[in-house]
Amino acid sequence: MQIKVKLFATLRENREKEMMMDLVQGATPKDIIERLNIRAEEAAIIMINGRGANSDQVLEDNDTVSIFPPVGGG
Amino acid sequence: MNKFIRVDMTTLNVTTDEVPVKYVGLGGRALTSNFVADEVKPTCHALGKNNKIIFAPGLLSGTTAPNSGRISVGAKSPLTGTIKESNSGGSFSQKMAKLGIKALVIEGMPAGDKFYIVKIDINGVTIEEAPAEILGGCGNYKAIEVLSAKYGQKVGIALAGPAGENRLPSANISFKDPDGNIRSAGRGGLGAVLGSKKVKALVIDETGAGAVPIADPEKFKAAAKVFAKALLDHPVSGQGLAAYGTDVLVNILNEAGGLPANNFTAGRIEHNDCISGETLNATITERGGDGKVSHGCHPGCVIRCSQWYPDKQGKYITSGFEYETIWGLGADAGIKDLDDIAYIDRAMDDLGIDSIETAVAIATAMEGGLLPWGDGKAVLEAVNQIYEPTPLGRILASGTSVVGKVCGLFRVPVVKDQGIPAYDPRPVKGIGLTYATTPMGADHTAGYCISGNILKVGANIDPLKKDGQIEYARAMQIGTAAVDSTGMCLFVYFGIADNPGGYQALIDMINAQYGIALTAVDVDKLGESVLKVERAFNKAAGFTNAHDRLPEFFEYEPCPPHNVVWDFTPEEIDEVYNF
Repeated sequence: MQIKVKLFATLRENREKEMMMDLVQGATPKDIIERLNIRAEEAAIIMINGRGANSDQVLEDNDTVSIFPPVGGG
Repeated sequence: MNKFIRVDMTTLNVTTDEVPVKYVGLGGRALTSNFVADEVKPTCHALGKNNKIIFAPGLLSGTTAPNSGRISVGAKSPLTGTIKESNSGGSFSQKMAKLGIKALVIEGMPAGDKFYIVKIDINGVTIEEAPAEILGGCGNYKAIEVLSAKYGQKVGIALAGPAGENRLPSANISFKDPDGNIRSAGRGGLGAVLGSKKVKALVIDETGAGAVPIADPEKFKAAAKVFAKALLDHPVSGQGLAAYGTDVLVNILNEAGGLPANNFTAGRIEHNDCISGETLNATITERGGDGKVSHGCHPGCVIRCSQWYPDKQGKYITSGFEYETIWGLGADAGIKDLDDIAYIDRAMDDLGIDSIETAVAIATAMEGGLLPWGDGKAVLEAVNQIYEPTPLGRILASGTSVVGKVCGLFRVPVVKDQGIPAYDPRPVKGIGLTYATTPMGADHTAGYCISGNILKVGANIDPLKKDGQIEYARAMQIGTAAVDSTGMCLFVYFGIADNPGGYQALIDMINAQYGIALTAVDVDKLGESVLKVERAFNKAAGFTNAHDRLPEFFEYEPCPPHNVVWDFTPEEIDEVYNF
């Protein structure tokens, strides 16, 4: 299945900020994080289609996964 | 801090007294709000003789505690009609504390048209006529240069810009930072109150002052070390804010569908990376010159969220280039060029006008046909009219609510006439409860529920659901009222929210400084008491629970991409202040 992956802040260093990924059925954000060599604690905030998600949530075809390191402001 | 100074602008007399017993244990917002509640007639006109404006350092200001340099300013707000506390960085707070000044109050108003400078130093307070060259449309950058040349390069300055001189409701109080640039007590029009009292600026020189007394220096030093470590160890307060500034929020709010766009008609934009923190960082790095990716707004800041943004030639344009300003102009008003936004930000600082209120007002003016959507050059030209000010300049500087009325709109994003900032309350429900209920009018900093709704710091609550939000918004507002009383920058929250040792170190520093034994429960009680005092003032000024509501359009206009509406009932909203 095709998944759009979007990276932000420090996760963009030495990586594309946006990419399409071909993943097997049943894949989760954890698979993406591992494939991109992102350390687990760096993937502090994960969204699937703009909603907060855990790294073990099962993805569906055409989902958009956004991954952020710890960020804050205000 | 044992001096309580009153400057009477009616008689031009100054009195310095001992701190009234009631205020001895208070600082920052706790002090300003209690004072305003005690001495300002709630039904007075905010620009009339019965309003008073008070400046107070926080409990820890002037010490070596990291990030303790915030100054609180309080008065009745000409924008909202409510009680107001607005705080800022810069060096003013630390200088006040070192001179032993617990608070400085300005009351009354002179009969004539002359503007004055209030000069504070080791020998006391004097009132002098303001130099003509900084009046009548002189921008803040030049005024700071002139005043620093006259009174000394290292003096602290608080001033009313052209907007404040003209008593416009969005006027802020601008504070000189250690580099001669500008920080702002932005929200609620306190610059107009200063202008109404014919005070152009306060200048403070702490030469000859000693260190702030500490009851138990060893205990203080140890606690400050633990506290600094907590801030530096957390990835947000220790690294993230310094690298990308607060503007890092553009992309995360955009992804979450909570970035208000085109005057709150959508929650996501396509040009997010034209204005994002990542782009801000890359642009500053690439341009070099005067540019600085990170910069602290006051001595002792270890978070360093500010920056210097340069032009294409590397020349300084603006600093303290914040997410809310960039959001307002870049997403809500649709201006896609970060340089255009930077020049408008500079103009707003130079005018002494709240860059949140004005950005929201600009987007509302675009919907109303006063300005073309997304046109940064047209906006800069219009904002520059505030110097004079022309009728359009006056309208834009009067805030979102006035612009909405002038344009005949129903989609006017305000609570208690203060513009709603950079987080849509429909898909981020926790922050909507803060906007609705804080005594300040719509203000994200009064209870920053974005933290637990979006950033997963301190809590992990689904922003699209109502579950847990009432208790969370209550707790965040109580905690914030306490932190605002310490002189601490609110961003210390990121370092201590999930670190009990860091939070305890903050309390330990206060205890060591004053030789007292506050507990976490006492600190919560302080926060609760501040909110109750503020709310009682508002009630006496004519505000009821019916004012604790979001604009009606949020209830029937779904916000894409999640297509959700604001669905808290009035009874649920009122539960926030049930404590």
